[in-house]
Amino acid sequence: MSQATVAGAGWKNEDGKMRTIYMDNAATTKLDSEVLKAMLPFLKSEYGNPSSMHALGIRAKNAVSASRRRVAEILGCGEEEIIFTGSGTESDNLAVLGYARKRGKGHVITTKIEHHAVLDAVKRLEKGGFGATYLDVDIDGLIDLKQLEAEIRPDTILVSVIYANNEVGTVQDIAAIARLCRKMGVVLHTDACQATNYLDIDVGRLGVDMMTLNGSKIYGPKGVGVLYKNKKYDIEPIVYGGGQEFGLRSGTENVANIVGFSKALEMVQLHKDKETGRVRELRDYLTDGLLKIEETRLNGHRTSRLANNVNVSFLNVEGESLILLLNEDGVCCSTGSACTSASLEPSHVIVALGLAHELGHSSVRFTLGKDTTRQDLDFVIQQTRKHVERLRRISPLKKTMEEVLS
Amino acid sequence: MADVKDKTEQWFYSETVKEHFLKPKNIATDDKMIERMRPNGEGEVGSPACGDVMKMWIRVEGERIKKCLWRTFGCASAIASTSMLSVMVTENGGMNLLDAEKLAPKDILKRLGGLPQVKIHCSVLGDQALRAAIRDYRGRAK
Repeated sequence: MSQATVAGAGWKNEDGKMRTIYMDNAATTKLDSEVLKAMLPFLKSEYGNPSSMHALGIRAKNAVSASRRRVAEILGCGEEEIIFTGSGTESDNLAVLGYARKRGKGHVITTKIEHHAVLDAVKRLEKGGFGATYLDVDIDGLIDLKQLEAEIRPDTILVSVIYANNEVGTVQDIAAIARLCRKMGVVLHTDACQATNYLDIDVGRLGVDMMTLNGSKIYGPKGVGVLYKNKKYDIEPIVYGGGQEFGLRSGTENVANIVGFSKALEMVQLHKDKETGRVRELRDYLTDGLLKIEETRLNGHRTSRLANNVNVSFLNVEGESLILLLNEDGVCCSTGSACTSASLEPSHVIVALGLAHELGHSSVRFTLGKDTTRQDLDFVIQQTRKHVERLRRISPLKKTMEEVLS
Repeated sequence: MADVKDKTEQWFYSETVKEHFLKPKNIATDDKMIERMRPNGEGEVGSPACGDVMKMWIRVEGERIKKCLWRTFGCASAIASTSMLSVMVTENGGMNLLDAEKLAPKDILKRLGGLPQVKIHCSVLGDQALRAAIRDYRGRAK
Protein backbone atom coordinates (compact mmCIF):
# COMPACT_ATOMS: atom_id res chain seq x y z
CA MET A 1 0.00 0.00 0.00
CA SER A 2 3.05 2.25 -0.11
CA GLN A 3 1.96 3.71 -3.42
CA ALA A 4 -1.19 5.23 -1.95
CA THR A 5 -1.61 8.63 -0.38
CA VAL A 6 -4.39 10.27 1.57
CA ALA A 7 -5.91 12.92 -0.63
CA GLY A 8 -9.09 14.68 0.38
CA ALA A 9 -11.82 12.15 0.87
CA GLY A 10 -10.46 8.68 0.40
CA TRP A 11 -7.21 6.99 -0.31
CA LYS A 12 -6.03 7.55 -3.82
CA ASN A 13 -3.87 5.07 -5.62
CA GLU A 14 -1.13 6.22 -7.97
CA ASP A 15 -3.54 6.13 -10.90
CA GLY A 16 -5.76 8.66 -9.09
CA LYS A 17 -8.55 6.19 -8.45
CA MET A 18 -10.00 5.94 -5.01
CA ARG A 19 -8.72 2.95 -3.11
CA THR A 20 -11.42 0.66 -1.82
CA ILE A 21 -10.86 -0.33 1.78
CA TYR A 22 -12.92 -3.47 2.08
CA MET A 23 -13.94 -4.01 5.68
CA ASP A 24 -16.93 -6.26 5.05
CA ASN A 25 -15.30 -9.67 4.88
CA ALA A 26 -18.07 -11.19 7.00
CA ALA A 27 -20.49 -10.37 4.18
CA THR A 28 -18.28 -11.91 1.55
CA THR A 29 -14.62 -12.11 0.57
CA LYS A 30 -12.67 -11.34 -2.55
CA LEU A 31 -12.00 -14.33 -4.77
CA ASP A 32 -8.36 -15.36 -4.40
CA SER A 33 -6.46 -15.28 -7.68
CA GLU A 34 -5.02 -18.78 -7.10
CA VAL A 35 -8.55 -20.02 -6.55
CA LEU A 36 -9.73 -18.43 -9.77
CA LYS A 37 -6.82 -20.05 -11.59
CA ALA A 38 -7.84 -23.47 -10.27
CA MET A 39 -11.44 -22.87 -11.32
CA LEU A 40 -10.89 -21.50 -14.80
CA PRO A 41 -10.42 -24.79 -16.71
CA PHE A 42 -13.80 -25.93 -15.40
CA LEU A 43 -15.44 -22.75 -16.65
CA LYS A 44 -13.87 -23.25 -20.07
CA SER A 45 -12.70 -26.49 -21.63
CA GLU A 46 -13.50 -28.90 -18.78
CA TYR A 47 -17.25 -28.55 -18.97
CA GLY A 48 -18.22 -32.19 -18.55
CA ASN A 49 -20.97 -33.49 -16.33
CA PRO A 50 -19.49 -35.67 -13.58
CA SER A 51 -22.28 -38.19 -14.14
CA SER A 52 -21.26 -38.79 -17.78
CA MET A 53 -19.24 -41.85 -18.76
CA HIS A 54 -17.03 -40.23 -21.38
CA ALA A 55 -13.62 -38.65 -20.89
CA LEU A 56 -14.90 -35.13 -20.18
CA GLY A 57 -17.33 -36.48 -17.61
CA ILE A 58 -14.71 -38.61 -15.93
CA ARG A 59 -12.31 -35.70 -15.68
CA ALA A 60 -15.05 -33.59 -14.09
CA LYS A 61 -15.88 -36.40 -11.71
CA ASN A 62 -12.23 -36.76 -10.77
CA ALA A 63 -12.00 -33.05 -10.06
CA VAL A 64 -15.01 -33.25 -7.73
CA SER A 65 -13.59 -36.35 -6.02
CA ALA A 66 -10.18 -34.76 -5.53
CA SER A 67 -11.86 -31.66 -4.07
CA ARG A 68 -13.94 -33.76 -1.71
CA ARG A 69 -10.82 -35.66 -0.59
CA ARG A 70 -8.99 -32.40 0.06
CA VAL A 71 -11.85 -30.94 2.11
CA ALA A 72 -12.22 -34.19 4.07
CA GLU A 73 -8.51 -34.21 4.87
CA ILE A 74 -8.67 -30.66 6.20
CA LEU A 75 -11.76 -31.32 8.31
CA GLY A 76 -10.41 -34.69 9.46
CA CYS A 77 -13.35 -36.75 8.27
CA GLY A 78 -14.31 -39.30 5.64
CA GLU A 79 -14.92 -38.29 2.02
CA GLU A 80 -18.43 -39.70 2.24
CA GLU A 81 -19.10 -37.18 4.99
CA ILE A 82 -18.61 -34.14 2.76
CA ILE A 83 -21.68 -32.86 0.89
CA PHE A 84 -21.22 -30.01 -1.56
CA THR A 85 -24.19 -27.64 -1.63
CA GLY A 86 -25.06 -24.30 -3.23
CA SER A 87 -24.38 -22.04 -0.24
CA GLY A 88 -23.87 -21.80 3.50
CA THR A 89 -27.58 -21.16 3.79
CA GLU A 90 -28.38 -24.37 1.95
CA SER A 91 -25.98 -26.35 4.15
CA ASP A 92 -27.63 -24.94 7.29
CA ASN A 93 -31.08 -25.76 5.91
CA LEU A 94 -30.02 -29.27 4.92
CA ALA A 95 -28.56 -29.95 8.36
CA VAL A 96 -31.50 -28.61 10.36
CA LEU A 97 -34.43 -29.58 8.13
CA GLY A 98 -32.81 -32.77 6.82
CA TYR A 99 -31.91 -34.15 10.22
CA ALA A 100 -35.24 -33.26 11.85
CA ARG A 101 -37.45 -34.44 8.99
CA LYS A 102 -35.67 -37.80 8.90
CA ARG A 103 -36.75 -38.24 12.53
CA GLY A 104 -40.28 -36.95 11.90
CA LYS A 105 -40.80 -35.37 15.29
CA GLY A 106 -38.95 -34.06 18.29
CA HIS A 107 -37.42 -30.98 19.81
CA VAL A 108 -34.65 -28.77 18.43
CA ILE A 109 -32.46 -26.34 20.37
CA THR A 110 -30.71 -23.37 18.84
CA THR A 111 -29.68 -19.87 19.94
CA LYS A 112 -31.15 -16.41 19.57
CA ILE A 113 -28.05 -15.22 17.71
CA GLU A 114 -28.01 -17.76 14.89
CA HIS A 115 -27.83 -16.72 11.28
CA HIS A 116 -31.29 -16.61 9.72
CA ALA A 117 -30.37 -19.68 7.68
CA VAL A 118 -30.64 -21.71 10.89
CA LEU A 119 -33.16 -19.55 12.73
CA ASP A 120 -35.74 -19.56 9.96
CA ALA A 121 -35.25 -23.28 9.28
CA VAL A 122 -35.99 -24.00 12.95
CA LYS A 123 -39.04 -21.72 12.79
CA ARG A 124 -40.23 -23.69 9.79
CA LEU A 125 -39.85 -26.92 11.78
CA GLU A 126 -41.96 -25.42 14.55
CA LYS A 127 -44.76 -24.83 12.03
CA GLY A 128 -44.47 -28.50 11.12
CA GLY A 129 -45.06 -29.61 14.69
CA PHE A 130 -41.52 -29.82 16.03
CA GLY A 131 -40.67 -28.27 19.38
CA ALA A 132 -38.00 -25.59 19.52
CA THR A 133 -36.03 -23.70 22.14
CA TYR A 134 -33.98 -20.60 21.41
CA LEU A 135 -31.18 -20.22 23.92
CA ASP A 136 -30.44 -16.83 25.44
CA VAL A 137 -26.97 -15.36 25.30
CA ASP A 138 -25.26 -13.11 27.83
CA ILE A 139 -24.37 -9.49 27.09
CA ASP A 140 -21.19 -10.65 25.33
CA GLY A 141 -23.04 -13.17 23.18
CA LEU A 142 -22.05 -16.40 24.91
CA ILE A 143 -24.57 -19.16 25.58
CA ASP A 144 -24.77 -20.73 29.02
CA LEU A 145 -23.88 -24.44 29.00
CA LYS A 146 -26.01 -24.98 32.09
CA GLN A 147 -29.03 -23.53 30.32
CA LEU A 148 -28.32 -25.76 27.34
CA GLU A 149 -28.12 -28.82 29.58
CA ALA A 150 -31.35 -27.84 31.32
CA GLU A 151 -33.18 -27.39 28.01
CA ILE A 152 -32.24 -30.80 26.60
CA ARG A 153 -35.34 -32.98 26.92
CA PRO A 154 -35.83 -36.68 26.28
CA ASP A 155 -37.28 -35.81 22.86
CA THR A 156 -34.50 -33.37 21.91
CA ILE A 157 -32.98 -34.54 18.65
CA LEU A 158 -30.74 -31.71 17.52
CA VAL A 159 -28.76 -28.77 18.82
CA SER A 160 -27.49 -26.10 16.41
CA VAL A 161 -25.10 -23.42 17.67
CA ILE A 162 -23.22 -20.90 15.55
CA TYR A 163 -19.44 -21.31 16.01
CA ALA A 164 -18.55 -17.62 15.57
CA ASN A 165 -21.31 -15.06 15.26
CA ASN A 166 -21.34 -13.16 11.98
CA GLU A 167 -22.39 -9.82 13.47
CA VAL A 168 -20.62 -9.44 16.80
CA GLY A 169 -17.90 -12.07 16.34
CA THR A 170 -18.45 -13.92 19.62
CA VAL A 171 -16.91 -17.40 19.51
CA GLN A 172 -18.72 -20.19 21.37
CA ASP A 173 -16.86 -23.01 23.08
CA ILE A 174 -18.01 -25.53 20.49
CA ALA A 175 -15.84 -28.36 21.87
CA ALA A 176 -17.46 -28.01 25.31
CA ILE A 177 -20.93 -27.80 23.75
CA ALA A 178 -20.12 -30.93 21.72
CA ARG A 179 -19.01 -32.83 24.83
CA LEU A 180 -22.27 -31.94 26.55
CA CYS A 181 -24.37 -32.93 23.52
CA ARG A 182 -22.55 -36.24 23.24
CA LYS A 183 -23.06 -36.94 26.94
CA MET A 184 -26.78 -36.20 26.55
CA GLY A 185 -27.04 -38.22 23.33
CA VAL A 186 -28.03 -35.28 21.11
CA VAL A 187 -26.61 -34.45 17.69
CA LEU A 188 -24.80 -31.11 17.31
CA HIS A 189 -24.67 -28.98 14.17
CA THR A 190 -22.56 -25.85 13.98
CA ASP A 191 -22.51 -23.06 11.42
CA ALA A 192 -18.78 -22.44 10.98
CA CYS A 193 -19.03 -20.06 8.01
CA GLN A 194 -17.31 -17.17 9.82
CA ALA A 195 -15.02 -19.42 11.86
CA THR A 196 -13.35 -21.22 8.96
CA ASN A 197 -10.60 -18.70 8.31
CA TYR A 198 -9.45 -18.27 11.90
CA LEU A 199 -10.47 -21.20 14.10
CA ASP A 200 -9.97 -24.94 14.41
CA ILE A 201 -12.32 -26.74 12.02
CA ASP A 202 -11.17 -30.31 12.68
CA VAL A 203 -14.47 -32.08 13.29
CA GLY A 204 -12.84 -34.78 15.38
CA ARG A 205 -11.23 -32.33 17.75
CA LEU A 206 -14.39 -30.23 17.92
CA GLY A 207 -16.65 -33.25 18.32
CA VAL A 208 -19.43 -31.85 16.13
CA ASP A 209 -21.74 -34.11 14.12
CA MET A 210 -22.59 -31.65 11.36
CA MET A 211 -20.82 -28.48 10.28
CA THR A 212 -21.58 -25.82 7.66
CA LEU A 213 -18.93 -24.04 5.58
CA ASN A 214 -19.35 -21.40 2.88
CA GLY A 215 -17.09 -20.74 -0.11
CA SER A 216 -17.83 -17.04 -0.30
CA LYS A 217 -16.39 -16.34 3.17
CA ILE A 218 -13.04 -18.02 2.53
CA TYR A 219 -11.84 -16.12 -0.56
CA GLY A 220 -13.55 -18.77 -2.65
CA PRO A 221 -16.45 -18.48 -5.10
CA LYS A 222 -20.01 -17.58 -4.18
CA GLY A 223 -22.65 -20.23 -4.71
CA VAL A 224 -20.95 -23.16 -3.03
CA GLY A 225 -21.14 -24.50 0.49
CA VAL A 226 -20.23 -27.67 2.32
CA LEU A 227 -22.08 -29.66 4.90
CA TYR A 228 -19.98 -32.07 6.91
CA LYS A 229 -22.25 -34.82 8.22
CA ASN A 230 -21.12 -37.67 10.44
CA LYS A 231 -21.87 -40.87 8.49
CA LYS A 232 -23.52 -42.39 11.58
CA TYR A 233 -26.55 -40.18 11.04
CA ASP A 234 -28.98 -40.22 8.14
CA ILE A 235 -30.66 -37.10 6.93
CA GLU A 236 -33.40 -36.36 4.45
CA PRO A 237 -32.55 -34.36 1.34
CA ILE A 238 -34.20 -31.01 0.73
CA VAL A 239 -33.52 -31.15 -3.03
CA TYR A 240 -34.58 -34.20 -5.07
CA GLY A 241 -33.50 -35.41 -8.48
CA GLY A 242 -30.50 -37.17 -9.98
CA GLY A 243 -29.13 -38.37 -6.68
CA GLN A 244 -25.82 -36.53 -6.71
CA GLU A 245 -23.90 -35.99 -3.44
CA PHE A 246 -24.89 -39.37 -1.99
CA GLY A 247 -28.51 -38.65 -2.80
CA LEU A 248 -28.50 -35.69 -0.42
CA ARG A 249 -28.13 -32.86 -2.91
CA SER A 250 -29.40 -33.57 -6.37
CA GLY A 251 -28.42 -31.35 -9.26
CA THR A 252 -25.42 -31.39 -11.58
CA GLU A 253 -22.34 -30.62 -9.54
CA ASN A 254 -21.02 -27.07 -9.87
CA VAL A 255 -17.57 -28.41 -10.69
CA ALA A 256 -15.75 -25.06 -10.96
CA ASN A 257 -17.18 -23.87 -7.65
CA ILE A 258 -16.40 -27.15 -5.92
CA VAL A 259 -12.82 -27.04 -7.18
CA GLY A 260 -12.63 -23.40 -6.09
CA PHE A 261 -14.00 -24.20 -2.67
CA SER A 262 -11.40 -26.88 -1.96
CA LYS A 263 -8.59 -24.66 -3.23
CA ALA A 264 -9.78 -21.76 -1.10
CA LEU A 265 -10.09 -23.93 1.99
CA GLU A 266 -6.66 -25.36 1.39
CA MET A 267 -5.10 -21.89 1.16
CA VAL A 268 -6.92 -20.57 4.20
CA GLN A 269 -5.81 -23.60 6.18
CA LEU A 270 -2.22 -23.25 5.03
CA HIS A 271 -1.93 -19.64 6.24
CA LYS A 272 -4.32 -19.86 9.16
CA ASP A 273 -1.97 -19.56 12.13
CA LYS A 274 0.07 -16.71 10.77
CA GLU A 275 -2.88 -14.83 9.29
CA THR A 276 -4.97 -15.19 12.45
CA GLY A 277 -2.21 -13.58 14.52
CA ARG A 278 -1.74 -10.78 12.02
CA VAL A 279 -5.43 -10.00 11.68
CA ARG A 280 -6.06 -10.22 15.41
CA GLU A 281 -3.39 -7.61 16.04
CA LEU A 282 -5.00 -5.33 13.45
CA ARG A 283 -8.42 -5.96 14.96
CA ASP A 284 -7.19 -4.81 18.36
CA TYR A 285 -5.54 -1.78 16.81
CA LEU A 286 -8.79 -0.77 15.10
CA THR A 287 -10.84 -1.48 18.22
CA ASP A 288 -8.58 0.66 20.40
CA GLY A 289 -8.63 3.46 17.84
CA LEU A 290 -12.43 3.50 17.53
CA LEU A 291 -13.05 3.22 21.25
CA LYS A 292 -11.02 6.38 21.76
CA ILE A 293 -13.98 8.19 20.22
CA GLU A 294 -16.30 9.19 23.07
CA GLU A 295 -19.49 7.31 23.92
CA THR A 296 -18.65 4.16 22.02
CA ARG A 297 -18.98 0.52 22.92
CA LEU A 298 -17.50 -2.69 21.59
CA ASN A 299 -20.30 -5.21 21.01
CA GLY A 300 -19.57 -8.90 21.44
CA HIS A 301 -17.02 -10.66 23.58
CA ARG A 302 -13.71 -8.91 23.98
CA THR A 303 -11.47 -11.99 23.92
CA SER A 304 -13.59 -14.96 22.86
CA ARG A 305 -13.92 -13.21 19.56
CA LEU A 306 -13.29 -13.77 15.89
CA ALA A 307 -9.87 -12.45 14.89
CA ASN A 308 -11.32 -10.20 12.17
CA ASN A 309 -14.46 -8.75 13.77
CA VAL A 310 -14.90 -5.27 15.21
CA ASN A 311 -18.46 -4.23 16.06
CA VAL A 312 -18.81 -0.83 17.68
CA SER A 313 -21.82 1.29 18.60
CA PHE A 314 -21.37 5.04 18.21
CA LEU A 315 -24.02 6.45 20.49
CA ASN A 316 -26.43 9.05 19.02
CA VAL A 317 -25.21 8.26 15.51
CA GLU A 318 -27.45 6.37 13.12
CA GLY A 319 -25.51 3.47 11.62
CA GLU A 320 -26.67 3.71 8.03
CA SER A 321 -25.71 7.36 7.77
CA LEU A 322 -22.27 6.55 9.08
CA ILE A 323 -21.62 3.67 6.70
CA LEU A 324 -22.80 5.72 3.72
CA LEU A 325 -20.43 8.54 4.65
CA LEU A 326 -17.61 6.00 4.97
CA ASN A 327 -18.64 4.62 1.59
CA GLU A 328 -17.87 8.05 0.14
CA ASP A 329 -14.32 7.54 1.43
CA GLY A 330 -14.08 4.14 -0.23
CA VAL A 331 -14.55 2.30 3.06
CA CYS A 332 -16.96 -0.65 2.91
CA CYS A 333 -18.57 -1.80 6.16
CA SER A 334 -22.04 -2.63 7.46
CA THR A 335 -24.51 -1.78 10.22
CA GLY A 336 -27.02 -3.48 12.50
CA SER A 337 -29.35 -0.52 12.15
CA ALA A 338 -32.98 -1.16 11.31
CA CYS A 339 -32.60 1.13 8.37
CA THR A 340 -30.84 -1.52 6.32
CA SER A 341 -33.67 -3.96 6.86
CA ALA A 342 -37.29 -3.97 5.79
CA SER A 343 -38.41 -4.04 9.42
CA LEU A 344 -38.05 -1.28 11.97
CA GLU A 345 -36.20 -3.66 14.26
CA PRO A 346 -32.46 -3.41 14.69
CA SER A 347 -30.32 -6.53 14.37
CA HIS A 348 -31.76 -9.54 16.22
CA VAL A 349 -28.26 -10.28 17.48
CA ILE A 350 -27.80 -6.90 19.19
CA VAL A 351 -31.29 -7.23 20.66
CA ALA A 352 -30.49 -10.75 21.93
CA LEU A 353 -27.44 -9.41 23.75
CA GLY A 354 -29.92 -7.40 25.83
CA LEU A 355 -28.58 -4.09 24.57
CA ALA A 356 -30.83 -1.06 24.11
CA HIS A 357 -32.24 -0.55 20.61
CA GLU A 358 -30.25 2.67 20.39
CA LEU A 359 -27.05 0.62 20.42
CA GLY A 360 -28.32 -1.56 17.60
CA HIS A 361 -29.25 1.40 15.44
CA SER A 362 -25.82 2.90 16.01
CA SER A 363 -23.76 -0.25 15.53
CA VAL A 364 -21.23 -0.58 12.75
CA ARG A 365 -19.39 -3.77 11.85
CA PHE A 366 -15.90 -3.73 10.38
CA THR A 367 -14.63 -7.16 9.33
CA LEU A 368 -11.00 -7.37 8.34
CA GLY A 369 -9.40 -9.65 5.80
CA LYS A 370 -6.16 -10.66 4.23
CA ASP A 371 -5.76 -7.37 2.34
CA THR A 372 -6.26 -5.17 5.42
CA THR A 373 -3.25 -3.06 6.40
CA ARG A 374 -2.51 -0.88 9.39
CA GLN A 375 -2.40 2.15 7.11
CA ASP A 376 -5.96 1.37 6.01
CA LEU A 377 -7.02 1.29 9.63
CA ASP A 378 -5.46 4.65 10.42
CA PHE A 379 -7.55 6.11 7.62
CA VAL A 380 -10.69 4.29 8.76
CA ILE A 381 -10.24 5.52 12.34
CA GLN A 382 -9.61 9.08 11.21
CA GLN A 383 -12.63 9.21 8.89
CA THR A 384 -14.93 7.45 11.32
CA ARG A 385 -14.06 9.98 14.01
CA LYS A 386 -14.72 12.85 11.62
CA HIS A 387 -18.10 11.51 10.50
CA VAL A 388 -19.20 10.54 14.01
CA GLU A 389 -18.45 14.04 15.24
CA ARG A 390 -20.39 15.57 12.38
CA LEU A 391 -23.39 13.26 12.76
CA ARG A 392 -23.44 13.93 16.48
CA ARG A 393 -23.56 17.66 15.88
CA ILE A 394 -26.70 17.21 13.82
CA SER A 395 -28.27 14.64 16.14
CA PRO A 396 -31.02 15.78 18.52
CA LEU A 397 -30.02 12.91 20.81
CA LYS A 398 -27.48 13.65 23.48
CA LYS A 399 -27.55 10.40 25.40
CA THR A 400 -24.66 8.98 27.36
CA MET A 401 -23.53 5.39 27.39
CA GLU A 402 -24.27 5.31 31.12
CA GLU A 403 -27.94 6.17 30.50
CA VAL A 404 -28.31 3.66 27.68
CA LEU A 405 -26.62 0.78 29.48
CA SER A 406 -28.43 1.24 32.80
CA MET B 1 -12.01 8.61 -13.60
CA ALA B 2 -15.06 9.26 -11.54
CA ASP B 3 -17.61 9.85 -14.23
CA VAL B 4 -21.26 10.31 -13.36
CA LYS B 5 -22.40 6.93 -14.56
CA ASP B 6 -19.78 5.24 -12.45
CA LYS B 7 -20.91 7.16 -9.38
CA THR B 8 -24.57 6.35 -9.84
CA GLU B 9 -23.81 2.69 -10.02
CA GLN B 10 -22.00 2.84 -6.70
CA TRP B 11 -24.81 4.54 -4.85
CA PHE B 12 -27.91 2.95 -3.38
CA TYR B 13 -30.11 6.03 -3.80
CA SER B 14 -30.87 8.63 -6.46
CA GLU B 15 -28.37 11.42 -7.15
CA THR B 16 -30.67 13.99 -5.52
CA VAL B 17 -30.94 11.88 -2.39
CA LYS B 18 -27.20 11.54 -2.31
CA GLU B 19 -26.68 15.27 -2.69
CA HIS B 20 -29.10 16.10 0.12
CA PHE B 21 -27.59 13.40 2.34
CA LEU B 22 -24.00 14.50 1.84
CA LYS B 23 -24.77 18.21 1.96
CA PRO B 24 -28.04 18.60 3.85
CA LYS B 25 -29.68 22.02 3.64
CA ASN B 26 -30.85 24.00 6.67
CA ILE B 27 -29.33 21.62 9.14
CA ALA B 28 -28.53 23.01 12.59
CA THR B 29 -24.89 22.09 12.97
CA ASP B 30 -24.54 24.31 16.03
CA ASP B 31 -26.84 25.88 18.58
CA LYS B 32 -25.94 29.44 17.54
CA MET B 33 -27.69 28.91 14.22
CA ILE B 34 -30.89 28.14 16.09
CA GLU B 35 -30.51 31.20 18.34
CA ARG B 36 -29.89 33.44 15.35
CA MET B 37 -33.01 32.35 13.48
CA ARG B 38 -35.19 33.23 16.54
CA PRO B 39 -37.56 30.27 16.11
CA ASN B 40 -41.20 30.79 17.06
CA GLY B 41 -42.15 27.13 16.70
CA GLU B 42 -40.42 23.84 17.36
CA GLY B 43 -41.37 20.16 17.17
CA GLU B 44 -39.76 16.80 17.87
CA VAL B 45 -41.03 13.37 16.79
CA GLY B 46 -39.82 9.77 16.72
CA SER B 47 -37.98 7.72 19.26
CA PRO B 48 -34.44 6.42 19.37
CA ALA B 49 -35.76 2.89 19.92
CA CYS B 50 -37.43 3.05 16.50
CA GLY B 51 -34.24 4.31 14.98
CA ASP B 52 -35.26 7.82 14.00
CA VAL B 53 -35.64 11.09 15.90
CA MET B 54 -36.37 14.39 14.19
CA LYS B 55 -36.35 17.86 15.66
CA MET B 56 -37.39 20.95 13.73
CA TRP B 57 -37.38 24.72 14.38
CA ILE B 58 -39.34 27.22 12.28
CA ARG B 59 -39.51 30.99 12.04
CA VAL B 60 -42.95 32.09 10.89
CA GLU B 61 -43.64 35.62 9.67
CA GLY B 62 -46.99 36.67 8.24
CA GLU B 63 -48.22 33.06 8.20
CA ARG B 64 -45.29 32.05 6.00
CA ILE B 65 -42.34 29.87 6.99
CA LYS B 66 -39.35 32.12 6.52
CA LYS B 67 -36.74 29.87 8.10
CA CYS B 68 -36.53 26.20 8.97
CA LEU B 69 -33.74 24.35 10.75
CA TRP B 70 -33.61 20.71 11.82
CA ARG B 71 -31.61 17.95 13.44
CA THR B 72 -31.92 14.21 13.14
CA PHE B 73 -30.79 10.88 14.43
CA GLY B 74 -31.72 9.12 11.24
CA CYS B 75 -30.57 7.28 8.18
CA ALA B 76 -29.59 8.73 4.82
CA SER B 77 -33.22 8.70 3.64
CA ALA B 78 -34.39 10.60 6.69
CA ILE B 79 -31.63 13.17 6.28
CA ALA B 80 -32.21 13.66 2.56
CA SER B 81 -35.99 13.88 2.80
CA THR B 82 -35.92 16.37 5.65
CA SER B 83 -33.32 18.44 3.85
CA MET B 84 -35.61 18.54 0.82
CA LEU B 85 -38.62 19.32 2.99
CA SER B 86 -36.79 22.27 4.56
CA VAL B 87 -36.00 23.60 1.08
CA MET B 88 -39.60 23.19 -0.08
CA VAL B 89 -41.12 25.08 2.85
CA THR B 90 -38.70 28.01 2.71
CA GLU B 91 -38.26 28.53 -1.05
CA ASN B 92 -40.07 31.31 -2.99
CA GLY B 93 -40.57 33.53 0.02
CA GLY B 94 -41.76 30.74 2.26
CA MET B 95 -44.70 28.36 2.18
CA ASN B 96 -47.84 29.48 3.94
CA LEU B 97 -48.81 27.43 6.98
CA LEU B 98 -51.96 25.93 5.50
CA ASP B 99 -50.03 24.49 2.56
CA ALA B 100 -47.16 23.40 4.77
CA GLU B 101 -49.52 21.43 6.98
CA LYS B 102 -50.78 19.56 3.94
CA LEU B 103 -47.29 18.51 2.79
CA ALA B 104 -47.16 14.73 2.51
CA PRO B 105 -44.23 12.32 2.18
CA LYS B 106 -45.19 11.71 -1.45
CA ASP B 107 -44.57 15.38 -2.27
CA ILE B 108 -41.08 15.13 -0.85
CA LEU B 109 -40.41 11.80 -2.57
CA LYS B 110 -41.38 13.34 -5.88
CA ARG B 111 -38.78 16.08 -5.50
CA LEU B 112 -36.18 13.54 -4.34
CA GLY B 113 -36.66 11.33 -7.37
CA GLY B 114 -37.98 8.49 -5.22
CA LEU B 115 -36.64 6.24 -2.52
CA PRO B 116 -36.36 2.46 -2.38
CA GLN B 117 -39.66 0.97 -1.17
CA VAL B 118 -38.22 -0.19 2.17
CA LYS B 119 -36.94 3.28 2.93
CA ILE B 120 -40.14 5.22 2.40
CA HIS B 121 -41.06 4.98 6.08
CA CYS B 122 -37.86 6.92 6.82
CA SER B 123 -39.20 9.96 4.99
CA VAL B 124 -42.30 10.51 7.12
CA LEU B 125 -40.65 12.01 10.17
CA GLY B 126 -39.80 15.33 8.58
CA ASP B 127 -43.36 16.34 7.80
CA GLN B 128 -44.52 15.07 11.18
CA ALA B 129 -41.90 17.25 12.88
CA LEU B 130 -42.97 20.17 10.71
CA ARG B 131 -46.62 19.77 11.73
CA ALA B 132 -45.55 19.55 15.37
CA ALA B 133 -43.59 22.79 14.96
CA ILE B 134 -46.57 24.53 13.34
CA ARG B 135 -48.81 23.36 16.18
CA ASP B 136 -46.28 24.74 18.63
CA TYR B 137 -46.22 28.07 16.76
CA ARG B 138 -50.01 28.31 16.85
CA GLY B 139 -50.04 27.41 20.53
CA ARG B 140 -47.55 30.18 21.26
CA ALA B 141 -49.44 32.71 19.13
CA LYS B 142 -52.62 32.30 21.18
